[in-house]
Order: sequence, then structure tokens, then C-alpha cells
Amino acid sequence: MAKVEKAKLPKPEEISNIDYHPPATDWMDTPTEFKPGTYCWGAKEKDLLTLGLPNPRQWSPADEDWKLPEGWETTILDGIAERLAKYRSFKIFMDICVRCGACADKCHFYIASGDPKNMPVLRAELIRSVYKKYFTKSGKFLGRLAGARELDEKVLKEWWSYFFQCTECRRCSVFCPYGIDQAEVTIIGRELLNLVGLNIDWIAGPVANCYMKGNHLGIEPHAFKGNIESMCDDIEDMTGIRVNPTFNRKGAEILFVTPSGDYLGEPGIYTCMGYLMLFHELGLDYTWSTYASEGGNFGFFTSNDMAKRLNSKIYAEAKRLGVKWIIGGECGHMWRVMNQYMDTWNGPADFLEVPVSPITGTRFENAKSTKMIHITEFTADLIKHNKIKLDPSRNDHLKVTYHDSCNPSRGMGLLEEPRYVLKAACNNFYEMPENTIREKTFCCGSGSGLNASENMEQRMRGGFPRANAVKYVQEKHGVNMLANICAVDRAAFPALMDYWCPGVGVAGTHELLANALVMKGEIPRVIDLRGEDLPGKGGNE
Amino acid sequence: MKALLSFLAVIVLILIATLGVDVANLHFLFGIIIPYLAFVLFVGGFVYRVIKWGRSPVPYRIPTTCGQQKSLPWIKQAKIENPTTVLGVIVRMALEIFFFRSLFRNTKTELRVGEDGPKLVHGSAKWLWFGSLVFHWSFLIIIVRHLRFFLEPVPYFVQLIDSIDGMLQIGLPPIYLTDAFFLCAVIYLFLRRLALPQVRYISLAADYFPLFIIMGIAISGILMRYFFRVDIVAVKELALGLVQLHPAIPEGIGVLFYIHLFLISTLFAYFPTSKLMHMGGIFLSPTRNMMSNNRMVRHINPWNHAVEVHSYAEYEDEFRDKMKKAGIPVEKE
Amino acid sequence: MDTKLKDLIEEKRSVILERWFDAIVETYPLDTTGFFKKQKDRFANPVGHAIVQGTEGILEVLISGKELNEDLPFLNDFIKVRAVQDFTPAKAMDFIFLLKKVVREVLEKEIRQNQIYDALLSFESKIDDLALFAFDIYVKCREQIYELKTDELKRMTYTLLKKANLMYEIPAEEFEVNDQKCNT
Repeated sequence: MAKVEKAKLPKPEEISNIDYHPPATDWMDTPTEFKPGTYCWGAKEKDLLTLGLPNPRQWSPADEDWKLPEGWETTILDGIAERLAKYRSFKIFMDICVRCGACADKCHFYIASGDPKNMPVLRAELIRSVYKKYFTKSGKFLGRLAGARELDEKVLKEWWSYFFQCTECRRCSVFCPYGIDQAEVTIIGRELLNLVGLNIDWIAGPVANCYMKGNHLGIEPHAFKGNIESMCDDIEDMTGIRVNPTFNRKGAEILFVTPSGDYLGEPGIYTCMGYLMLFHELGLDYTWSTYASEGGNFGFFTSNDMAKRLNSKIYAEAKRLGVKWIIGGECGHMWRVMNQYMDTWNGPADFLEVPVSPITGTRFENAKSTKMIHITEFTADLIKHNKIKLDPSRNDHLKVTYHDSCNPSRGMGLLEEPRYVLKAACNNFYEMPENTIREKTFCCGSGSGLNASENMEQRMRGGFPRANAVKYVQEKHGVNMLANICAVDRAAFPALMDYWCPGVGVAGTHELLANALVMKGEIPRVIDLRGEDLPGKGGNE
Repeated sequence: MKALLSFLAVIVLILIATLGVDVANLHFLFGIIIPYLAFVLFVGGFVYRVIKWGRSPVPYRIPTTCGQQKSLPWIKQAKIENPTTVLGVIVRMALEIFFFRSLFRNTKTELRVGEDGPKLVHGSAKWLWFGSLVFHWSFLIIIVRHLRFFLEPVPYFVQLIDSIDGMLQIGLPPIYLTDAFFLCAVIYLFLRRLALPQVRYISLAADYFPLFIIMGIAISGILMRYFFRVDIVAVKELALGLVQLHPAIPEGIGVLFYIHLFLISTLFAYFPTSKLMHMGGIFLSPTRNMMSNNRMVRHINPWNHAVEVHSYAEYEDEFRDKMKKAGIPVEKE
Repeated sequence: MDTKLKDLIEEKRSVILERWFDAIVETYPLDTTGFFKKQKDRFANPVGHAIVQGTEGILEVLISGKELNEDLPFLNDFIKVRAVQDFTPAKAMDFIFLLKKVVREVLEKEIRQNQIYDALLSFESKIDDLALFAFDIYVKCREQIYELKTDELKRMTYTLLKKANLMYEIPAEEFEVNDQKCNT
């Protein structure tokens, strides 16, 4: 059990005697501590059982004994050997780092905590040191001189702590002269941990839900439909228009997949209402699926196999329903997966057709193999062709800035499309400082499955660099709305903003679009999607 | 401490060469056997390492995208930072390899007080970029210059580089610019490792050792050229003999040369076992050398094994009643 | 405040701020690499930036003789940072008391020469007053972190709260159980 450190008030003379030079121990000699508020709960037995993952048991990271399986060292070392043979990336990244330090101050967790093990180079070194000991000659013979060390339980706990303090955001990879990607190292590190049953509850729970019920939140089909329909009620109140989406409908042209955060939590549901309104206005022939009701993929934070198991549903469902192509909603890591992994895992999608917008006729050649496009690509194309009518003045009470989600920016390059949509839907748009956006964007601090609530302190810390840049535009331009294209952002930012920049709201791009969207036959809008009064539109128009 | 150990290791190497040649008279060993051995280890080790990397497949196409993707025709794609063509990748890799593009990215933003209130100023932190660029380019040019010892007649491009490098015409023999740059750069890289607390903290003995050995090579080379001249003709005789595979030890080459040669041999032999392999590895880095055309062309994973999935049929079996009640279509009534 | 002491502090202001900054940075046991000190970029090093802003603002308030209250933005901003950095409450707040030590050290000679111990004492008790406000802010920050958790849970289950008939198992109980488990 974790002991809460008792707050012992130091005596005045103690305070004046604070040692200005704490001994700096070498990182290999610095033990890992588990303090409440800075780590996530361990994965639950029932979830690992559901998924058939190794070593299901009740355990807590704060316990001394993690109930590791017999012979776990061999499991881990064999796991490393297997992955070295399977991933050139892993092998190269283990071998060629020169420790130049270019990545060191690029990690948001390091920037905010100063903990050296949060420097990407050192986070990789946690596993590299073990690799050297068991897989290289120099490490075997020279040991610590070559930066090698034995694998023991302390090392494993350290891995667990720091691989679940990395949000796989890839910012370090942008600055590395060899493109060494800590996300890749973390992905493999987490795979190894999962071999001996070391996951976190916030990942394993959603994965088990998604596997059995189709989405992370475990929403069953009837409730899924109910949720969407209740949004349709709200849309009707606001616009006077009844939107009638369909579910699991065979023969629709398009399958729409979005992260489950969009149809349960606030403010995600407003983004979802935005999709519903836009598709209705276009008269789009599309369907939702209750089976493939999750765009996000927490399996990706467990292992590549697990990610593939969850991802398989999307193509399978597209095939079963006989749709022609797929649109994906606003989500960050979902799009890393859809863009860089889905086709390789579960393709080829030869039963689908190259996406062609039925409204503009634009053929999306960039998705000619996966047959899946991002909704901001779809919407940007509509706006460019003047196919929707927008009244951006409805967003005039908002001063908007845009947060690039890590994965769409560094694992895809979706930078201009959402900006184009936002600038069409809002009159007041301001960018954050240059080295905190686009490919250099700072993570929300809660990505890769770390948006639990028990680690709130850690999340506030990890998100500080991002919030700091938001605060800058808040002070300079009066920004009061942080737009984004990611469900984890929408879930995690409200807390981050409340803490660091109170007064800044959080919205998905399509929420703002739908606020501005002029629908055929709508009643004058006096409220926005949130049911709040629209300033200057006091119902007298 | 780690730096000191590495430094001592290099001193020991120098002593070995000095004693071996000067006291034990092992010219043959230090002039012929060790260089050959080092060369074989270097080439063999390098090839072995690259083949080993190459034998692991690249299961996923995972470029780090650093610019706008190719999507709609009217949105300008960053063709180099987010390449979808072979040419784009080649340019991206060339910028990375020849000009260290990613290190160049290191920017910083400062808030400075301007005339009308505070202003945001974008500056850059480019010392590491500059230092390593000077280091690597000087190193390359020096190696090319050294070809004049191994080739007869000396090719034109070697002569050209030689004369450009020595164009200042200061001193006799003329001072090579790269000698000065190289020494400064290697000292900078070393001091940086010591002075920046972050970098010092992550540095291993294995990071200092190559720096010291390279420093030793540079200093011994400079001493030989400008201060304690060695018999250049004899050196060339030895070098040509090594290249033409009938090695012989000419008389009268000073011990300084053997120290130089021994340090180079050590570096060569050490190279494939160390981080210096980044020279080969950078070409194979999947986040840089792949096209970002994931959604256009399917990437094949050679070990893409089947995984257990939860099928729609199983899903419907579990939820059929609830689905029917909610009016969601089902396969089996 | 005593004008003599005020002048002395004004005179040595940059030294005091620098030493105070260094002393605060030293309270980060994990920052063995000196990152907070080195990096001057306000976006690349927001923590260092908050320390600089906080120390300058606090010193200014102390010597200007302004009324102290909780509404000090720089104090607020800085304590927010300390509140999420893995410190015990005492450790999180000790940065204020470090100023006493720094002032005594920097002005040791001058204070002795000018015999202004009384002024020093009243200056120090002003620091104590400020520390009390700071502690209020700190507690608020910590409370807020717990509130954020409940707020987030509410947001996550927004539609469920709206439509209670579609309830699925909310992990609310588990949260509490877990909380207790790890806090005992």
C-alpha cells in the first residue's frame, strides 16, 4: 500500500538549512517512487480475462509485490528478442542513439516536471540498457560502462512508471536527427509489460469494453441509439429540424465511425451533434454502426495485436453493410491508426470504392487504398466548393485558437484542413506561438490512455506546456475557445483549462461549424449547440 | 568520472602504441597487422550490423510527418516534410544526412520588450546543429584528403579538395582549414557534453570514448604535419603497400605516426560495436525514409498474423433482443 | 516599510532574485539536469518562466508596501505549478521562506552596519503574511484537482445523467474504492 507522505511542517531553522545542492544520483541508481496522483491504477483481473491477456490478477502498483508470473524475466527477454526480429524500427532505435540531447527538452512531461527520466532519450535508455546487457557484446562485457544493466523487478517497475508517463505524441521524433521515435519505443515497452500482465486500468477497461460491446465506454446498441436520438431532440429544439440518422443500415453509401467520447460525454456530444446536423443538411446517405461504434483504439496503447483485434471491426462492418466508403470523425490517435496501420492490419479494403464526395464530386485520391477519409477533409472540400451556407457571426462571441492533436499532425499531417473549416466558421481565429503548434504541437498531457482521473496531478503537469501557450493567447487576444479534432482532447482539456486558464472553453471543430451552419428551413437560432443563448441573436430576427 | 575513464583509456592506447613501437620495436604489428585487422573488423562489422538491421522487416509505414499531408488538390502539400514520392523521400533524407535538417529545427521563442510593449521573438538554438555539421563535414573532407596517401596518381578531385582546404596559404606546409574546424568542433562537442547538465546526465563512458579517440587522432595528425614532421614519403610508401597488398615497413617513420595509426585502427575496430553506427542507421530509419502515402498504397507486413476477433455474429448473439427492441436491424430474427 | 531596507533591497534586487530563483530550482530534487535554469524560452520552459514571474512579482509587492491579498496573479500562477509537481504541502510552500534566507545572506553586512534589524523583522513578518495567503491558494489548487476529477466524471456521463433510464455501469463506486485503497 502506498503511504501518503505526512506533511511534516519543517521548523524554521530547518527551512533555512535547506541543502542547496541535493546529491544528484545517476539515473540507474535513482529509484522509482509511486506517489498517489501521479500514476494510474493497475489493470483489473476481469478485463484481462475478457481479452485473454496474460497474468490476470488483482494488483496495485503501490503494492510491493506485483504478483509477476513465474519466470517473467525470460518472458520479457524473449519478448525483446521477438520484437527485435519483427521491428526494424526497434532495432535501429536501440542501436543508433548518440545521446546528443536534442530531444531532451521537447517532451511535455520533462518540461513540466524536470524529471530526467522523462527526457525521451532517457526513457528509451530505460529499455536500451537492458537491450545492451542481453543482446550486445559491448554491453555484456563492459556492463555499466557501455550503459548496460541487469533486468530486475525494479527495472520493470521503472518501465511501467515511465512508459505510462509517455503519451506517444512523437514530438521528440521531429527533433531527433535520426528520427528516433519514442512513441515506437513506448509502444514496444508497453507490449512487453503486457506480456506479464502489467497494463493500466484506464486502458484495459476500455479495451475490454470495446472488444465485447463495440466501444470503449461499453455502451450497448440500444443505448447507443438512444444517445444519438436524444441529441436529435436537442437539435430539433435548437433548429426546428428533425434529424433522422440510421443505424446498422445495409446499403448505405457511407459508414460513419467516430470515437465513443463523441456520443456520451460533454463537450464531445456537441461535436457529434455537429456531424448529425451537417450530414442531414447535405442529405448524405450514411449509417452509424453499433458494432463498429468506436473510432478510437485503446488497443493501440496495449499492443499492436490488440489494436488490430479492435480495428478489425471497422472493415468487417463496412463489408457486412455493403457501404462504399468510410468517413471518420474527429479523433487523434484514431487517425494515426487509420492512417498508418489499418490497411496493413486488416486490408486490403478491395470491397470498398475510392471515396467520392456525393456533394462535390471530389475524388479522394489520397485515400484510394484505405477508402477512409477524415471528416475535416470532407468538410473543407464542401466549404471550398460553396456547398454549405455558413453564418460565422454566430460564433462572434468566441475567440478561437486551434490545438493540433499530436497524432494527426505528426502521424498524418492533417494541418490545414481543420484550420480551413474553423476559419470559415469563426470570424475570430488566433494561432498559438509557432513552436507550440502544427508538427511542433504540445500534447494535452493525457494521450495514449493516460486520461484517467486518479493521475490528475500528473495530467495537469503534463498538459502545462500546452496550457501555457493557450494562456498566452488568452491574455494577448482574449481567446476563450480551444478548438481541436480529438476526443481525448475534448475529454481532457476542460480540466486542464479549468486549472491553468479558467475561462477558456473546449470545442470540437464540427461543433463550431454546426453553430455557423445555416440549415434549410431552420427556425432563427437563438441558442448554440450547448443550449446557451447566442449573444446578439436574441430571437428578434 | 565517465569522461575520465574514457580519457584514461585513450591515454593507455597511446602508451601501448608508443611502447610497442619505440621499445618493443613491433613496427610490423602496429604498421601492418593491426591496421589490416581493424579494417577487416570495420568492414565486416559494419556489413554485419547493416545486414542484421535489414533482416528485421518494417511491419508498418510510420513516417514522422513534419508538414501538411497530400489531401485536397488546393491545399499545398509539404512535399519534403511529408513526402508521398520517392523524390520527396530522397530530398528529405538528403537534407537530413547532409544538412542535419532535424537538428536545425531547434527553435526557441522569447518574449522581448519592444517599443510598444512586449513582443514575441522567434530565435533559434542552432549551436548543436552548427557544431555537428562542422564536425561531420570536416571529418569527411579530411578523410578524402587522406586518399592522397593511398592512391597513385592522386585523383584530381582529391587534389582539388586539398588545394581548396589549404587555400589560406598560411604557414608551411599550408594550414588546412578543416584541421582547425575539426579540432574546434570536436572540442565543442566534448565541452557541450560536460557543460550542459542535461547532456552530462545522459552521457555514458561510451559517449566520451569516441570523442577522446577522435581528438587524439586529430591532435596526433596535426602534430605530425605542423610540428614534429614525419617522413611523408615513407608514410605514403607504407600506405600504398597496404593498399596494394604487399605491405612493407619503410625505415624512419616516427612513433607519432604509429600512435596516429593505432588510434585510427582502434576507432575502426570499435566503430561497428558502438553508437557510431548511426552513420549507417540513419539511412534505415523508418520514420524518415518512408513515403507518407499510407492511405494511397497498402503497406504489407510480412508477419501480419491472424488475431482473435469478436465477430459481428457473436456481438449480435449477445445483443439481439436489445437491438430488436430498439429497432436496430439484425441479421437473424 | 523602512526606507533604508527598501533601498538596500532595491539596490541588490537582481542578486536577490537570482539567488532566490536558484534556491527555488534547487527544491526540485529530480531536476538533476538544471533544465529549469538553463532554458530561457518561455514556451519551452514554462516552469522556469513561472518562477521568474512569481519571484519578481512577489518581491515587488513586498517592497512596494501594497496591501497583501489573495488576488495576486503571479503568486497564483506559480503556486498552481507547485501544486502539481509532486511536492508535499510543506515542500511546495517553502519557496516563500527561502526569500528570508536569501535576503539575510545577501544583505548580511548592510543590515549589521545599518543596525536595521527591526526593519528586517517586519519585512520577514510580511513574508509570513504572504505565506499564509499562499497557503490558502495552495489548498484551493489542491481542492480544485479533486473537483476536476468529479467534474470530469460528470462530463463523461453527461448524457447518462440526462437520461437515467439508459444507465450502464458507471465506475463511480470503483473510483471511490480505489481512492481509499491507495490513500491509506
